[in-house]
Amino acid sequence: MPLETDFPQGYEKRDFRVVGKRPVRPDGIDKVTGRARFGADTVAPGMLHGAILRSPHAHARIKSIDTAKAEALEGVKAVVTRDDFPIHDAVKEDRGLLDILVNCMAREKALYDGHAVAAVAATDKITARKALKLIEVEYEVLGHVIDEDLAMAPDAPILHDDLGYDYGKGKPSNVAGRTEIGHGDVDAGFAAADRVVERSFKTGAAHQGYIEPHACLANIGADGRGELWCCTQGHFMVRDTVTQLLGMDVSNLRVTASEIGGGFGGKTAVFIEPVAVALSRKAGKPVKIVMDRHEVFRATGPTASASLWVKVGAKADGTITAADALLKYQGGAFQGSPVDMGAMAAFACYNLENVRAVGYDIVTNRPKQAAYRAPGAPMAAFAVESVMTELADALGIDPIDFRLKNAARDHSKSSYGPTYNEIGLVETLEAAKATEHYNSPLGPNQGRGVACGFWFNFGGQTAVTLNVNLDGTAALSVGTPDIGGSRASMCAMAAEELGIDYDDIYAIIGDTASLGYNDVTDGSRATFASGLATIQAARQVKERMCARAARIWGIPEDAVKWEGGAAVPSGPNAGDHAPLSFRDIAKMAGETGGPIAGHHEISAEGAGPSFATHIVDAEIDRETGRIDVKRYTVVQDAGKAVHPAYVEGQFQGGAVQGIGWALNEEYIYSDKGVLENAGFLDYRVPVASDLPMIETVIVEKPNPGHPYGVRGVGETSIVPPMGAIANAVSAAAKVRATEIPMSPPRMLKLLRENESAAKAAE
Amino acid sequence: MTKTHVTTTINGDTVEYLCDPQETLLDVLRDRLGMTGSKEGCGTGDCGACTVTVDGEIVCSCLMLGAEAEGRTIGTIEGMAEGEMLHPLQRKFLDHAALQCGICTPGILVAARTLLERNPEPSETEVRYWLAGNLCRCTGYDKIVRAVMDAAEEMRGRNHAA
Amino acid sequence: MVQVTLWGSLRDYTDGRNEVEVAGDNIYQILQNLGQAEPRLKPILEKGVTVSLDGQIYRQNLMQTVRPDSEVFILPKMAGG
Ligand code: FES
Ligand code: FES
Repeated sequence: MPLETDFPQGYEKRDFRVVGKRPVRPDGIDKVTGRARFGADTVAPGMLHGAILRSPHAHARIKSIDTAKAEALEGVKAVVTRDDFPIHDAVKEDRGLLDILVNCMAREKALYDGHAVAAVAATDKITARKALKLIEVEYEVLGHVIDEDLAMAPDAPILHDDLGYDYGKGKPSNVAGRTEIGHGDVDAGFAAADRVVERSFKTGAAHQGYIEPHACLANIGADGRGELWCCTQGHFMVRDTVTQLLGMDVSNLRVTASEIGGGFGGKTAVFIEPVAVALSRKAGKPVKIVMDRHEVFRATGPTASASLWVKVGAKADGTITAADALLKYQGGAFQGSPVDMGAMAAFACYNLENVRAVGYDIVTNRPKQAAYRAPGAPMAAFAVESVMTELADALGIDPIDFRLKNAARDHSKSSYGPTYNEIGLVETLEAAKATEHYNSPLGPNQGRGVACGFWFNFGGQTAVTLNVNLDGTAALSVGTPDIGGSRASMCAMAAEELGIDYDDIYAIIGDTASLGYNDVTDGSRATFASGLATIQAARQVKERMCARAARIWGIPEDAVKWEGGAAVPSGPNAGDHAPLSFRDIAKMAGETGGPIAGHHEISAEGAGPSFATHIVDAEIDRETGRIDVKRYTVVQDAGKAVHPAYVEGQFQGGAVQGIGWALNEEYIYSDKGVLENAGFLDYRVPVASDLPMIETVIVEKPNPGHPYGVRGVGETSIVPPMGAIANAVSAAAKVRATEIPMSPPRMLKLLRENESAAKAAE
Repeated sequence: MTKTHVTTTINGDTVEYLCDPQETLLDVLRDRLGMTGSKEGCGTGDCGACTVTVDGEIVCSCLMLGAEAEGRTIGTIEGMAEGEMLHPLQRKFLDHAALQCGICTPGILVAARTLLERNPEPSETEVRYWLAGNLCRCTGYDKIVRAVMDAAEEMRGRNHAA
Repeated sequence: MVQVTLWGSLRDYTDGRNEVEVAGDNIYQILQNLGQAEPRLKPILEKGVTVSLDGQIYRQNLMQTVRPDSEVFILPKMAGG
């Protein structure tokens, strides 16, 4: 008998009735009619409006904060500063929590432009903003550093006196950690190579760019208990973090997740929530805080920017003999850039005997980075995929053939160590090679690029409840906020198991008091993990329904089985009884023992990695340096696409975010360390007229760790685009682009430099 | 501060409200009238989440003052469906899965409806340029463009039949 | 005993070894015993790591059974977006 925590849910091949179809999502009508309630769409009686004062300096000692004038302003009900956020014991012992606290409200120093230093709650927004202007903060401006390479220099301004990976051996530094991944002997591998390519790269910091700014409404009573409504990828995480930061009992805060207007990893952290709770506690009234776009850019997580070096060697036949990478990621003012995952993911698409990836986690005077879709992987993949194509070109091998020759396969050893189970990379490469796109002709000034990508995918703690209603419908309560249509997938899986109609299931996101703990919706886990729990909960419902049928018929429970959405007698002693449908049993629930419900709680694991291959055609305008994406195809392994339309949507959305990161998006700082493009006008995300249709091919190689074969799909799609586009652009421009975003000025400079180099060579 | 008294028409109904002189139409809709279907993504006219129509023209309601609505005709997402009957665009957005998070959806639907009123047969490029002021971060626009074209086709068929 | 492979940078804490033999029937026991055998690793293990068991990533489920012939890797803590 396997332990309950061992995987009871291995993949079983089957024909699906609902899964794999494209039904309308349960929250659809609300979202097309404006009824859906997002973070900023709620009010409470007597509600105050909160606003946050932010540092105008990149790095400064906060000598004093005088709030007297603000407090005296009519309509101001509470002001909080660092003094209102004492360091409780739980925080003292946990550096990660301490960093969150300091990020939410600055202490001795402001560490970046936009760092919160005080907050007010007032009767209306205008008064709150006025009050901020009355807070007097005395700063002593310090030297700052923005760039990851400069932050590593010996004379760089130091952010934290108690940080540095060799701290204890030497003096503090901005290098918070070092990581090394790999196996074999890279030096020997390079010695055996016929051809070696090595290059350095830079990537800018991109923001997740969700259209909904962070928003929350806190309502804490005089007894210290209360409620918090917010847009987040994980309301249980918000509850636990906020209560620990503020020294509250976990059970004293009930958090409800609103509809969420995009997250992409950026809403897996808290920013304004602890501040709103602190203000509400102090004012004794509900407090709503809604960030404006400027604040979103200045004070929430963009991703890390990176400085990268990659070297790969291969035999003349294309066999890679060694691969090496050095990754430096700055993750803003606190440790924890995703460089570990970058180092593990860098070469994950390749089957390598000799491989090494070294990463440095660096702090700079920028906002604390937050996870962004496959955190850490896209930058590393950009550099690696650029070098792979350059090496294939040098050897005269088609880039897909080169990748096929070296691709990670079923049961090959991954570059980060473990042996893969069944994986779908080769299938995506073969499907890509067979597309009409890959075999179509190119126009003038156009180039074609391909790149592969990988993401681990995670499971995590999950709890689900499925309540059967009197009329034969069912209410499904899950704890993973739905950021891209996951409720539709949950309903499909529940309907599949129960044998009832998709429309008879209604899914909601339960609050923190009504379900067991759920991890944040991250790592592409919602459809996998909540889906897994949903399937188990549905199986429990079926068992209970069979038991009721057995009672009704007066036969043993094991003489009843579930078939085609009904309990039927089975076996020699069962006797002759007409099947009892889901609806029949639901109707009699009260008379046969009470309400029927299924629930399941699990730490789900085994989400199964998802691989992708992208193909892109790009055109360069040699006069302006502008790049146009002409055609784009995503080929990705979904294991099993539960709702193919939303799978395609994940592919397309990730690809377009990657296009933005590759071509335009980056944080631009003044020489004072002030963010210069903190708005959608100057931080330019792709708009409809920038893009072609995004073609998709769904590969389905079942995940052995899921009953339906499902893999997470949300993150992998952002991993290949930057490399694929860089390869296309480099082919079109006839010079290797090594810095992203490949914005027009940068491309123009590259073209000019290349022309003058060519002239000089003549 | 003296407030301004405004009489206007919203989704066909006469509405009266008091607002601060510097208050945007978006704030009036959301905070004073409880019509939170229009969203604020930026407050600076760059994202289109707050798109409404004013006398038939699409406008970023975050850039217009509430006081300026006096005597005008405003259309918001809340007025798009007729009772239980969804507008074809709304239906097609659902059929095509043209929304993921849905925060951009109200603004895009309002903008797209105006397009189809003027141009019943837009090309893909025309749809893309018309919607260039409406950011969507989730979908990559592919399914949005398809849904708009499909709705246009259906509406043309209906008009022909009539 | 189970052979456990540590990710590269942990060599700094184990005198250059990245493979360690540890007793244990599940991930939890393996991590406990590893911390005892290599006390300098303890703070890192406590801060949180990811375990790959037979090619499957485990962030949480420490009760998962480990067999003597299981492939066990200790990897840095991971999170998604
Ligand atoms: S909120 Fe009006 S355009 Fe963004
Ligand atoms: S669906 Fe999320 S921004 Fe468009």
